[in-house]
Formats: sequence, structure tokens, C-alpha cells
Amino acid sequence: MTPLYMAFLGGGLLCLIGQLIMDLTKANITPGHILVGYISIGAVLSGLGLYQPLVDAVGAGATIPLSGFGHLLVQGTLKAVESKGLLGAFSGGVEAAAAGITCAIVFGYVAAVLFNPRD
Amino acid sequence: MPGFKKKGSQTVVFEKAPVITSWASIVGPKEGEGPWGQEFDSVLGDYLYGEDTWEKAEKKMLREAVKLSLDKRNLQVDDAEIILAGDLLNQTVSSNYAARELARPFLGLYGACSTMAEALLVGAMLVDGNFFNRLVSATCSHHYAASRQYRFPTEQGTQPTPSTQWTATAAGAVVLEWAGVGPRITAGTIGKVIDMGQSDAADMGSAMAPAAADTLKTHLNDLERLPDYYDLIITGDLARVGMAIAEQLFIRDGLSPKPNYSDCGVLLYDEKQDVDAGGCGCGCSAAMLCGPLLKKMQKGEINKMLLVATGALMSPTMAFQGESIPGIAHAIAIEN
Amino acid sequence: MNVDAKQMKKIEMQEYQNLVDQIKPKPDILKNSVWAFMVGGLICGFAQVLVNYLLSLGMSRTDAGSAVSCIMIFLAAFFTGIGVYDELGKRAGAGSIVPITGFANAIVASAMEFKREGYIFGVGARIFSVAGPTLVFGFAVAVVVGLIKVFLSS
Repeated sequence: MTPLYMAFLGGGLLCLIGQLIMDLTKANITPGHILVGYISIGAVLSGLGLYQPLVDAVGAGATIPLSGFGHLLVQGTLKAVESKGLLGAFSGGVEAAAAGITCAIVFGYVAAVLFNPRD
Repeated sequence: MPGFKKKGSQTVVFEKAPVITSWASIVGPKEGEGPWGQEFDSVLGDYLYGEDTWEKAEKKMLREAVKLSLDKRNLQVDDAEIILAGDLLNQTVSSNYAARELARPFLGLYGACSTMAEALLVGAMLVDGNFFNRLVSATCSHHYAASRQYRFPTEQGTQPTPSTQWTATAAGAVVLEWAGVGPRITAGTIGKVIDMGQSDAADMGSAMAPAAADTLKTHLNDLERLPDYYDLIITGDLARVGMAIAEQLFIRDGLSPKPNYSDCGVLLYDEKQDVDAGGCGCGCSAAMLCGPLLKKMQKGEINKMLLVATGALMSPTMAFQGESIPGIAHAIAIEN
Repeated sequence: MNVDAKQMKKIEMQEYQNLVDQIKPKPDILKNSVWAFMVGGLICGFAQVLVNYLLSLGMSRTDAGSAVSCIMIFLAAFFTGIGVYDELGKRAGAGSIVPITGFANAIVASAMEFKREGYIFGVGARIFSVAGPTLVFGFAVAVVVGLIKVFLSS
């Protein structure tokens, strides 16, 4: 089990990098850009085999940031490619991330139905 | 050749000087808590104003401000021969739908946050040109309606920067007449669209400041006036960042409007109100004008005022296409 | 515009940019960084507590990961709904954007905002305004990585 402080440090550092990207660049970096950037970079690092060591070290500190979601998609894909070949390249990612994606959409929809933006 | 009323390159001088006989302002809760809360005609208790959406609330604010401005002079809606209005929303829906309910002849305008000055400028020309005897110029903005169109959904956790401005929830309406008692619009300067390549969506002040400086310089040159001709020169919604930049631009142009220079965006809120650089939106200059400023003119505390309302002509579509944000500013001189 | 005028305009714009850079206040990087680090760290630390608890119940590592993601997404959706998450985001910046809770916040905020335009083309369509691009890039990279693996192993 990953100790709590490692998750804290890992997650904190990944968020700190995002903050520095927002504060130090001139361009209009929106939360959307940050999310897209993190999922893409996480997926690429995972493909290069560089993300798994981070997950081993800091646990949720690396899986909870959105880069961890990219890692999950890639690892699912790679595993499915081993068992199913070409088909796995298209099915593995979503299979691995199915719970997260479905939760996000369903909870998102339900929250939107139940709550109103401020008035 | 007829005697044209244009003077210099961009300025018009009104011969009969249309009279501002009445005015009204309606503001949202946050504006009501600000330093000028007592000066507005009506402060809303919430952002929906009894409607079910923010856009409809904005429309109602505009409609009620128009009615109130006429009512304060014991006039009916039908006494307004024409209504000139605009707002920030796509297709200027607040104005169109308010005009549907007011059922008066209507010209819709768009000048982003400079719309109040644009509506007064066009209105004054229509009255001074003997086309109409009495009309209403009005505008409005709503923080949350504008926010979701131009920025992010309200519940999204985004971090403001020190240059971010708060769109005012406010509406202002002015009754302009050929004759009557009140401050007069004596001149106006139609501004050029000026773009100095600013593209930070969280910094409208820097996008608009060059337009404000250009219009002010042109106005003073056209009329051969010095800044101290006016008791108050007030820009629309440059807010703290834009105002600081504009002051530098004024100095570059050889003008020193201080100490009689200020900005509606800086004045509308208290610094403690968590609005970062200050206020913006059509309603910002409209509420300041139709609240404290015209009241001060009525009392004689200000006798000659130049309002340089500024607008950032920003479009999310054009921003995605890599375009910068053009700015515009129109000036109107109001004198007792 | 002729070449000279264009050049002049460019110089003028550069000079203006310099003026803006000089006057425009910079974000408080130290304060923002501390906030982002602390909030991001706490969110991940809390998730780790949940993971460790589920592991101690004998759940597999993969399942525990999925379950914790779901819990975090649920919590973010809830706190967005009651109007707390955006207040946190004002201070925490990337600290509340980068974790998966930020992804959930973006989904709920866009969906909720367009409820007044109806449940199909309001909520249903806008729910993907931020989630859509994010998933597109995640899927695209994953498929490319998968295809490279297929190619290398054949």
C-alpha cells in the first residue's frame, strides 16, 4: 500500500506543474486545455513506460490527476492488444476506463438535473 | 452646402443640445452592496428578478429601466417615439425581447460595453436632427448571462487573474428630449475600432485602453479643448489595469487628465468585493451614468462631463480562430 | 497598407505590449502554487486513504482504482451541484482542475449551466463541452499507442 504522504506529495506536485503552466505562460490556458494536456501527456508517458514507475511510487498521487486517466486508457489498450491483437487497440482503453467515464457522465447528468447554477 | 454639424474628423456638435430629462438605473445585488448602492433607483434581491433564466432577467431589467425612466417624468411607454438599445448577448436578445414587450419603434445597437454612449450619441443626433422629439436610449448587462456566453459555466472552478473584470448586472435608461430641463448632450465623438493585438480573454482593459485614448485625443483635438475643460472625464469600463494603461497613453499623447479623470469600472465596486480589476459590461457605465453621475450633474456638483464609454468587441468564435480583441470607445459631452 | 505602414503598426503594437507587460499585475505565483499544491495533494491523499481502505477489504488493485475514481467523481459532482467546487477553484486553480474531480466539475458545470436550454440539447449536448475534447485526446493517444504495439509485435 502506498503511504498517504507519498500520494499527497505526488498529487501536489502534479497540480503545482499545472499551476505553473497557467501562471507562467501568456496564452489563454483554460481548464479545458489543462485537462486535454494532462490526459494526452499521461497517455504518452504511459506508452513510453514512464508513468507506471510514478504510479508505483505515489499511488493515487499519480492515478487521480487526469494524467492517470490517460495512463489507464493506454494500459488497458496495451493489455487488450496482447490478448486480442488489433481489435484490442480499439477496445482496451474504453474497457479499462469504462467505470470512470460512465460515472462522470451519469453523475454529471444527475447533478445537472438535481441542482441549479446559482441564482 | 448645408451647415454640417461635424467638427474636426470624428466629432459632432449639437446645435440645440438634446436634454436628458429623465434617467433610471436598476442594478443587481452585488452592485447594490457597492459604494454607490444608495444612488440607484432599484437594487435587485437576486439574479433572476422573478424570471426563470438569467437572459430573461436581463431583458426584464432593461424593460423596467426604460419604463422607470419614463415613469419618473410621468410619461407612458407610448410617449417614447423610439427606443435605442443594445446589450452583450448574442443577437442582442435582451434588447430585442424587451423591445417586443415595449412595442415601440426600436433600433438595436451593438458596441459591446460602449453601447450606452453609442445609444446616447445616435439618440442625440436623431433629436438634434429634428427626426424625433423624445426617445429613450438604454442598455443592460447581466453577470451570469454574459459569463456563460463569453467565459465559463458559473459553477466551473476557474481561477481569475488580477486583470479579470466582473461583468456588472445593471441596466440604465435615459430619456432624451428636444426641450426640457436637465443636463444637455452638447457634443459626441464617434470612435474608431482599434486593435493593438491584445488577445488575453481575462484582460479586456488592455484591449480597450488604446481605443479610449484615441477617442479622447480626437475629441479634444476636434473641439480644440483641453482636458480641464471638463470637470470629469470618465471612461466606461477599463477597470484598474486598463485605467493605469490609459493614463500612460494619455501622457504619451500630451494629455494629463488627472485629477479629474476616473473610470466607471473602478468606481462601481469596492475593492473588497472580490471583483479583481473592477467592473465591466454595458451596465457598468450605464448604471454609473444613470445613477450617481447624472445625479451629481443635477445637483451641480459636476457641470461638464465627458463620458468615454469603452467596448471590447470580443467574440469567442474569432478568439478560437486566433484573432485578437478589437476595442472601441465613443465619447459624449454632457453639460449643464 | 503598404509595407512601411505595416511595419509601423507592428512596432506600435510591440511598444504597446511592452507597456501592458509593465503595468499588468502578475498573478501571485507563490500563493497560487502553494494553494494548488496543497489542494491537489489533499485530494490525492484522500483518494489514497480510500484506495488503501478498499485494498484492506481484499479488493483487487484495478477494481479499487476504478471504485475510488467513481467515488471522487461523485463527490466532485455533488460539490459542484451545491456550488462549493467553483469557490475552491477560485483559490486552488490547477489544484482542483488537474485531479479527476476537476474533470467531473467541468462536466457538471457545463451540463448544469445549459439545463435551461432543455435536457437533450442543453444538458445532453453541453455535458461534453469540456469532457469531449479530453476524451477525444485520451482515446486517440491510447489507440495510437495500441497500434504501435500491434505493429511492433507483428
